[in-house]
This record gives sequence, structure tokens and C-alpha cells, in this order.
Amino acid sequence: MSEDTVSDGKKGERRVGIVLVSHSAQVAASVAELAQGLAGAGTAVPVAPAGGTEGGGLGTSAELIAAAAASVDRGAGVAVLTDLGSAVLTVKALLAEGDELPDGTRLVDAPFVEGAVAAVVTAATGADLAAVEAAAAEAYAYRKV
Amino acid sequence: MLDADFFRRWMTATAAAVDREAERLTALDSPIGDADHGSNLQRGFTAVATTLEKEDPQTPGAILMLAGRQLISTVGGASGPLYGTLLRRTGKALGDAGEVSEEQFAQALRTGVDAVMVLGGAAPGDKTMIDALVPAVDALGDGFTAARAAAEEGALATTPLQARKGRASYLGERSIGHQDPGATSSALLIAGLAEANGE
Repeated sequence: MSEDTVSDGKKGERRVGIVLVSHSAQVAASVAELAQGLAGAGTAVPVAPAGGTEGGGLGTSAELIAAAAASVDRGAGVAVLTDLGSAVLTVKALLAEGDELPDGTRLVDAPFVEGAVAAVVTAATGADLAAVEAAAAEAYAYRKV
Repeated sequence: MLDADFFRRWMTATAAAVDREAERLTALDSPIGDADHGSNLQRGFTAVATTLEKEDPQTPGAILMLAGRQLISTVGGASGPLYGTLLRRTGKALGDAGEVSEEQFAQALRTGVDAVMVLGGAAPGDKTMIDALVPAVDALGDGFTAARAAAEEGALATTPLQARKGRASYLGERSIGHQDPGATSSALLIAGLAEANGE
């Protein structure tokens, strides 16, 4: 991966990182794959799943979340999207700690799948964290019926 | 005054109680939750006991901060960040004093319980751990035994309630008639205070 050097001619541009937290490792990894796939081949957005417990079971791992956030931090902020329950609470608790997640990490209030796609697509344009957050949150407004 | 040893005893007494009651907590979590509350807390408090022994923090505040951090890391369910926040905020409010009065502790614990309500968005009557913790903090002025009784009563009183927070809330009216596992484990935590004080 060379996120800082590839993509649309803006060499060295720092992309917002995206972390996807789900109770299930498969869900987190699949949504990451889906969002990156829909963002287009060769997208320079760093995306990391943090799914399930460290033992591979269903649940939430603070360690996996912290590691994922560190791995996607390029200095432009990190947007964290979660599914529900302990995933939300664990991210909030880590943010309250102050030093567990990279500077500029935000929990984004968005639907998990749609929000992830919006966030990755937006981040791929080189948008800042506020724009990525707004795009992900806006996914709530898209009605299907 | 409550010294660091008191807080160590509180954590080890809670770990032992959670260990003893893990099956009951999980059984309570089966009809209205995902049947992991006992095993999750058992893993968390076992890790707390181990870490406290290894790192040996020296003040009440440091003990609770470390214990809370460990719960956030190891529990794996919503009770991890909730109990972790409770202990960390309480510990933070105690500062770096070598010993604290019961009154200072009661105030600090209230700060911790308030932080849990903010984090989880739960209020009294929502059928959560708050229903044991708030009465316990209110009774703490009358001593640890009174707090223990208030927490146990609060936990029992969750049975007729309809859950409004967490996974159990998806069950709507079907959550009525079951004692809340989180309120039950909160009562164990408060009972640990009385035990640590030799009551």
C-alpha cells in the first residue's frame, strides 16, 4: 500500500482514514471490501476493518479498534463507523480516554453499509474529515421506499 | 478513610463474586440478551485482578483507572465500556490521594454513574445497570451495607420493567418479567464494597 503516493496526480495528499467496526469480523471485512470496490479500483483511501473479538468471536475489541485506527491514520483524521451496541459504546469510551485513538479520530453517526460507501467514496476525492463525516451521515437521509 | 488496600479488596471481591455468579448472569442474559454477560464479565474481572497484581498501582484513583481500562479492553460486550467508564471516571474523580473519605468516594462514584448514563443514554427505569447503581449511590451516605441492599432491591425491581436500552429493548414487552443481568452484576459490584469493608 502506498496511499500517499498514488491516485489522481495529487502526490503526497493525505487521505482521511476509515475504520469499520462490527460485531462480526466477516461483516467488517466485507463492508470494507464493498466500500473500496464501489469507490473504484486503486482508491488511495486507507480502510481498516475492526470486527469481532480478538478470539474471532462475535463482539467488540478495543485493541482491534485502536490498531485499525492507528493503521489508517495519515494525519488527516480518522472516521470510525460502527454497527451497534458495544461497538458504539467501545469507540465512545476509547474517544473519552483521549490517548487511545489517533488525534482527529471521530465516531461518525451513520448507517454502517451505506455510510461506509459514502465515506470511502468521499475520502477518495481528497475531502477532509468534516466532509467525509457529512457524506456518511447523509446516508441516513436516503430513503429506499 | 478508605485506602488503596480497600480498593484492591473491592476489585478482588467483585472478581470473586462475578466468578461465582457467572452462570447465573449468563442465564439471566439468555431470554433477553445474547447469553454472554457472565462469561464476558468473568473474563474482564479476572483480567482486572491479574493486572492489579502485576502493575500494583498505589492509590485508590490509580487502581480504579487501571481496572476500568482493563474492562474496556477485555470484556468484548457493552458491559466493558460501561463498567470501564464507571470505574475510570470514579477513579479520575478521586485524583491521586493516598486515601479518601467515604463521602469523597460517594461523590466520585456518583460522577462515575453519571458518566455511564451519558455514555449509554440510559435513565432510571430503562431496565439497565443504572437501576441498581443510582439507588446504591443514593444510599451510600448510610454506609456500604445500605448501598448493597439498595442495589439488590434495585436489581430485583427491574423484573417488571420493559427494557428501553440495549439488545433487550428490541424485545419490547417480551422483556417484561426478566431481571436485568446488568443491574444484577451492578449489585455484585456494590456488594463488593461492603465485603471489602468487612461488612
